[in-house]
Amino acid sequence: MSGEEFVPLSLPPLLIGTFAAIACALPGNFLVLRRQALIGDAISHVVLPGIVVAFLLTGAVSTWPMMLGAMGAAVVAVVLIELIRRLGRIEPGAAMGVVFTAMFAGGVLLLEQSDTSSVHLDVQHALYGNLESLIWLDATGWGSLLDTDALRYLPPELPRMGFTLLGVAAFILLFWRPLKISTFDEGFARSVGIPTAALGLALVVVAAIAAVAAFDAVGSIIVIAMFICPPAAARMMTNRLEVQVGWSVVFAAVSAVLGYVLAGYGPLWLGADDAVSAAGMIATVSGVILVLAARFGPCRTRAGAPAEG
Amino acid sequence: MLELAAREGRATTDADLGKSPFAIRGLTVAYGEKPAVFSVDMTVPEGSMTAIIGPNGAGKSTMLKAALGILRPLSGQVTVFGRPLDEVRDQIAYVPQRASVDWDFPTRVIDVVLMGLYRELGLLGRVRMRHMARAMDCLRRVGMHEFAERQIGQLSGGQQQRVFLARALAEDAELYLLDEPFAGVDAATEKAIIAVLKDLKTAGRTVVAVHHDLSTVRDYFDHVFLLNVRKIAEGPVDEAFTPETLQAAYGGRLAISQHDLFSRNRS
Amino acid sequence: MLWDALLLKLGYNAALVAIGAALLGFAAGATGTFLFLRKRALVSDAVSHATLPGVGLAFIVMVALGGDGRNLAGLLLGSALSAGAGLWALSWLTRHTRLAEDAAIGAVLSVFFGFGVVLLTVIQTMTAGRQAGLESFLLGSTAGMLRVDALVIAISGALVLVAVVILRRPMTMVAFDPEFAATQGISVHRVDMATMGLVMAVTVIGLKVVGLILIVAMLIIPPVTARFWSDRSGRVVLLAGAFGALSGYVGAAISATTPALPTGPIIVLVAFGFFVLSMLVAPGRGVLAATVRHLRYQRRVHLRQGLLALAQGQPVYENLTRRLLRRAGLMRADGVPTDRGRVRAARALLDETRWQAVRADPAHEGAASLYDGLRDIETVLTRDQIEEIDRRIGGPKEVRT
Repeated sequence: MSGEEFVPLSLPPLLIGTFAAIACALPGNFLVLRRQALIGDAISHVVLPGIVVAFLLTGAVSTWPMMLGAMGAAVVAVVLIELIRRLGRIEPGAAMGVVFTAMFAGGVLLLEQSDTSSVHLDVQHALYGNLESLIWLDATGWGSLLDTDALRYLPPELPRMGFTLLGVAAFILLFWRPLKISTFDEGFARSVGIPTAALGLALVVVAAIAAVAAFDAVGSIIVIAMFICPPAAARMMTNRLEVQVGWSVVFAAVSAVLGYVLAGYGPLWLGADDAVSAAGMIATVSGVILVLAARFGPCRTRAGAPAEG
Repeated sequence: MLELAAREGRATTDADLGKSPFAIRGLTVAYGEKPAVFSVDMTVPEGSMTAIIGPNGAGKSTMLKAALGILRPLSGQVTVFGRPLDEVRDQIAYVPQRASVDWDFPTRVIDVVLMGLYRELGLLGRVRMRHMARAMDCLRRVGMHEFAERQIGQLSGGQQQRVFLARALAEDAELYLLDEPFAGVDAATEKAIIAVLKDLKTAGRTVVAVHHDLSTVRDYFDHVFLLNVRKIAEGPVDEAFTPETLQAAYGGRLAISQHDLFSRNRS
Repeated sequence: MLWDALLLKLGYNAALVAIGAALLGFAAGATGTFLFLRKRALVSDAVSHATLPGVGLAFIVMVALGGDGRNLAGLLLGSALSAGAGLWALSWLTRHTRLAEDAAIGAVLSVFFGFGVVLLTVIQTMTAGRQAGLESFLLGSTAGMLRVDALVIAISGALVLVAVVILRRPMTMVAFDPEFAATQGISVHRVDMATMGLVMAVTVIGLKVVGLILIVAMLIIPPVTARFWSDRSGRVVLLAGAFGALSGYVGAAISATTPALPTGPIIVLVAFGFFVLSMLVAPGRGVLAATVRHLRYQRRVHLRQGLLALAQGQPVYENLTRRLLRRAGLMRADGVPTDRGRVRAARALLDETRWQAVRADPAHEGAASLYDGLRDIETVLTRDQIEEIDRRIGGPKEVRT
């Protein structure tokens, strides 16, 4: 494919998808190790009510209020889950199930009640996102990447996702050591003065930021899939956290690129005319990678790890 | 029994408190409305090796965790060398129960020991040669230096316990608090651990360990603290580790023949 | 209007749907209780999301065979098959890899759902603009439901309910104590499979009514709600069923009065309302009751500790203790006990000393096990026993000041 077609039509969604996948996979590593994998699931469900409430309050579809609304909903959900878990003495899985389903139901109801049909806001969009539509019409070829005029009309999701990825990566890098210690041994972490509760909340908030930014561009399926599948697959490739995170980034990027390409061109190769959902395909590819790692990964079982150091 | 009650009532002066590496006042921890530890005072003498003993469910681990702020107590104060806990965390090394963590965590033995250098390294400090050397040295002291590159899930229980001890050694603290360090370990590990702890004592450090094996108390420790929800007795082994105090702590549950514990002609 | 709906006066279909939703709610609540007690509530999340590819594939297959892709029975069969595949994948991942169950649940639900979305987009192009209507499986929709569909839901809801009633005993035993159940000759694995089968059935039946995203709520919220009201598993099952049925019935009725409102979210929100109410006001496990109890208990502990410290002439360190002692008129501002404080302190110390003697005496083991630091010994032992104890400890002692 020539740059003329690739740069405006495929490059932005590819980059956005890849950034989103990596931004979710990075905190996902810690969530999976902390047995909080389903926090990602909960967050991605409550993003919808957050966005709807923001829309109802501001009366317009504008990015920042909606992002803030989604963030707020994620934090509210995490706090509620924690409250129900502690006050009601309910196991975390059930507490999560209560909170995110109820908030999602509230979101759907608000959405149906309010007049949002005129604007682009519906449940399907929230679930699948619309990666394919994030095109860069002002680009004419590779040269546009240096053309400041054209760059101004990049889809805004691209820089937003890029900055989110930078922020997430910076958080993980900066707090690598306490994150690792408190994930492995919380009691010890507290004894050396690491504020484990605050750090745990910060991790969830960062995951929520990644989820919200990604959700805006690619929908919530990818978010859940990327929180869990790449880190889970990476865990079966290595016994070192540093290496695991590296693998998870690779798997996330491969899922995003391969999923996008398969969704866009796969049906054409099979003789069909129309592309299928890129978000769904990216999730599917990440699942295939997980199956491969679970079947052939060198460290896939607890017992089967190589014996020598 | 009268003497017992009187001993419990012994008031420690504030001077004792100030010198003690680890002092607890009025510590109560409850799960719901069931007290796990009730109104406990403890004053650990400097340079001692103290065993916290008591029957199952007596609140030994709970007391330690609450004293370190890992659990939230209902009431109580803890001082370390007379100062509040948060000011002196770098003088404390804590060894949690081995079973409290997931040993499937993706990391190597040496990485676990390096966690003991967290206060020194901070968030972004680079691990330099001297840090590595220190971590290796700590591993050598517990006889685990050949396992530095191993994944921790591949270790036996005793080896895991020794790695935990090495991590505490890396902290180079004044006060070592250990939760059941001998639980489920092999004889060689038990010997290695006690040797290291005795070295610490020789170097003037203070060691407090939750312990469950009454038959080794006399060999390993010089002070005991008997707990059964409330404090039963506290003091040097010869004074506080007696048939009467044990009876008070364990009640009818004392399974081991007291003859074994108190006969003087043991090896 | 709402009253009409609640009294089933809004036509035959609406009545059928309301009854079907109630039956479904009861079955879901009861079944979900066993998952919840097994601490596997979110397995239902994986099951429900895993139905989507089955719905899509069933549609494609039925169209390919020249039939109507929207045949409800066919779609439900497809969804059951793919939910089964999802369950199989879940148990394979947890048994054959090092992944924990929560990660396996997340992986299964996201990948199956993602693949389902791919199939939905395929179907969109197949039908070329005509609505396949499969989106209604996401959030549920009872508006414009065919009579035969409503009948299918009502009848299968009733069938699941019958199955729960038949299987309740082994499922309760396995949920409570799997090892004991095994010694009683119950195959834990088979019972787990049966529970999962019921979860699948509830999910599939619920697809049309509440949708696959929210059917999870029907399986989780009522059991959690019921747990606040009882500690007995049999009663929790019944209560969960009742809460589920009530939510289903009321939710369906409300949605019948305003067809624009999707049924699923309303049912879930009604269930959530019951949950919030229960969590706050339930006696015993409710938050309000527990808070009051905790504060009262903390006060008693501090008072007792303060009195013992006074009795032994020790300074009282903690602020809360000092405040409580002073407010009770037991201690003066300078830390010296009042006369009344002295008496109470002496009594507390005596009680404590007696307890100590009792706890050290194997003959009193039964009484000693009642010790909780606060209980008055006179409520546990007889007067004669106490006198005997007092003789041993040398009688009540003076309080040192």
